[in-house]
Amino acid sequence: MTNPASRKLSRRKLIVGGLAATAGVAGLGVAARIAQKYGLVPPDHGGIYGLGETLTYASQRLLTRHSLAREFPKSQISQPPFANEVEPPSDQFKRFQAGHFADWRLDVDGMVARPTSFSLDQLKSYPSQSQITMLQCEEGWSYIAEWIGVPLSHVLDVVGALPQARYVFYFSIEPDTWETIDMAEALHPQTLLTYGMNGDELPVGHGGPLRLRVPRQVGYKNVKFINHLTVSDNLKGFGKGLGSASADAGYAWYAGI
Amino acid sequence: MARIESAQVPLPTCAPSSAASVPAATAHPRHSALVRITHWITTLCFLALLVTGFEIVISHPRFYWGETGNVRTPALFQIPIPASRHLVQTGYGYVLPDQNGWSRYLHFQAAWIAVLTGLLYVISMLFTGHLRKDLLPNRSDLSWRSFSTTLASHLRFAKPSQQEAWSYNLLQRLSYLFVIFVLFPSVIWTGLAMSPAFVSAFPATVNLLGGQQSARTLHFFVSLALLLFLLVHVGMIFLAGFSSRMRAMISGQPLTHKERT
Repeated sequence: MTNPASRKLSRRKLIVGGLAATAGVAGLGVAARIAQKYGLVPPDHGGIYGLGETLTYASQRLLTRHSLAREFPKSQISQPPFANEVEPPSDQFKRFQAGHFADWRLDVDGMVARPTSFSLDQLKSYPSQSQITMLQCEEGWSYIAEWIGVPLSHVLDVVGALPQARYVFYFSIEPDTWETIDMAEALHPQTLLTYGMNGDELPVGHGGPLRLRVPRQVGYKNVKFINHLTVSDNLKGFGKGLGSASADAGYAWYAGI
Repeated sequence: MARIESAQVPLPTCAPSSAASVPAATAHPRHSALVRITHWITTLCFLALLVTGFEIVISHPRFYWGETGNVRTPALFQIPIPASRHLVQTGYGYVLPDQNGWSRYLHFQAAWIAVLTGLLYVISMLFTGHLRKDLLPNRSDLSWRSFSTTLASHLRFAKPSQQEAWSYNLLQRLSYLFVIFVLFPSVIWTGLAMSPAFVSAFPATVNLLGGQQSARTLHFFVSLALLLFLLVHVGMIFLAGFSSRMRAMISGQPLTHKERT
């Protein structure tokens, strides 16, 4: 098998293969730059699982940027809705709870024209929206509820989020509980600062008085007890810079799957 | 050159009678390079999906039917294993360590690589003739008699003939076609039907299955079917001759260098 003909053939194959590989690498480089420019690269794109995460996030942003989460008829609301357990509330939270959350504030800062501290009554004075959507936990369980609140996009309008904003941080009053979403998700009509559930106040077990509903992403992106939003053009300065406490703990930043 | 030489060399006396058709084929690999590469990438991905899928399941080893399900709703069934979260009462009195973070990352990455590899394999088989030559049953084999003969020899655990080192038998063809065109598409479909973002754009994916929890349950059963295929597949490789079948799928040559010359 080592005659000159076959050796020549393998040399040709080598050259063609080499050229193809070079073109492939150059193509990947160009693709990476385009993906970065159009916001198709998730913050946890590094590391051994970066390829899968980037493919997932980029595909979702190309396919589902404006699509609406499924909504259900009232008859499909889970009775009773299942509340995942929460850590025992901190003393700080208990004080707010004792005062029926009258003093609860939502501070909004960062890249906004008018940093504002909202009371719950102020948030409730804005046009409310309700949606009957599913909350599914990454563990596998799920339930359907009616969620009532003000669209995050409305609050971002009120504070005047700057055009260069790329992410919204949202922080729970509970320590080490925070997430970020990109602007596509933040401005999505179903992304809701939720204060009501099934025609009533949002129960504490479900994140009351204020929970961010991101119905196109699994449970852990739907952070409970929200008291602070920060608008930013980057994810630096918080945790490991991966954009969420979950990502710091080894979970994917984008949880729409 | 090699072909002419081997045709002139007298067959070794130990060669089985049907080996007469073998030397002509030795010039070509038993499996093309593309088949071999996609086979092993798929193998690695499938093992990763199996392990991580199991890790994800043990965080909630209860299954449901319909749209929703949680510990307050009746279960379709529960796997009697300990769980990695304490929501589900398992009766074991302990909770396994949570492995969902990396399991989910690896599950979706392996799924991507498996799907892309599968697409490459399926698209290329249309051009290379792999589908027609190797996978679609020969017309002569498509008879009840032929089917029952092959099935009977499998049930007797009969050692396959030398001929089968060079071509898939009828049962192999049918089961590979079933895995490629039924089980793999089903496991992808049921998997996508669990993605809240994907179904927001393509709600029929989940609605046709009767709900998100139904999709999860079906995903579990299709995965079990694929696992069953894997076990039988590996069992058959041992039965047929482990080293020859492994050589065929690694180097393309079922026979060792010594056996060939």
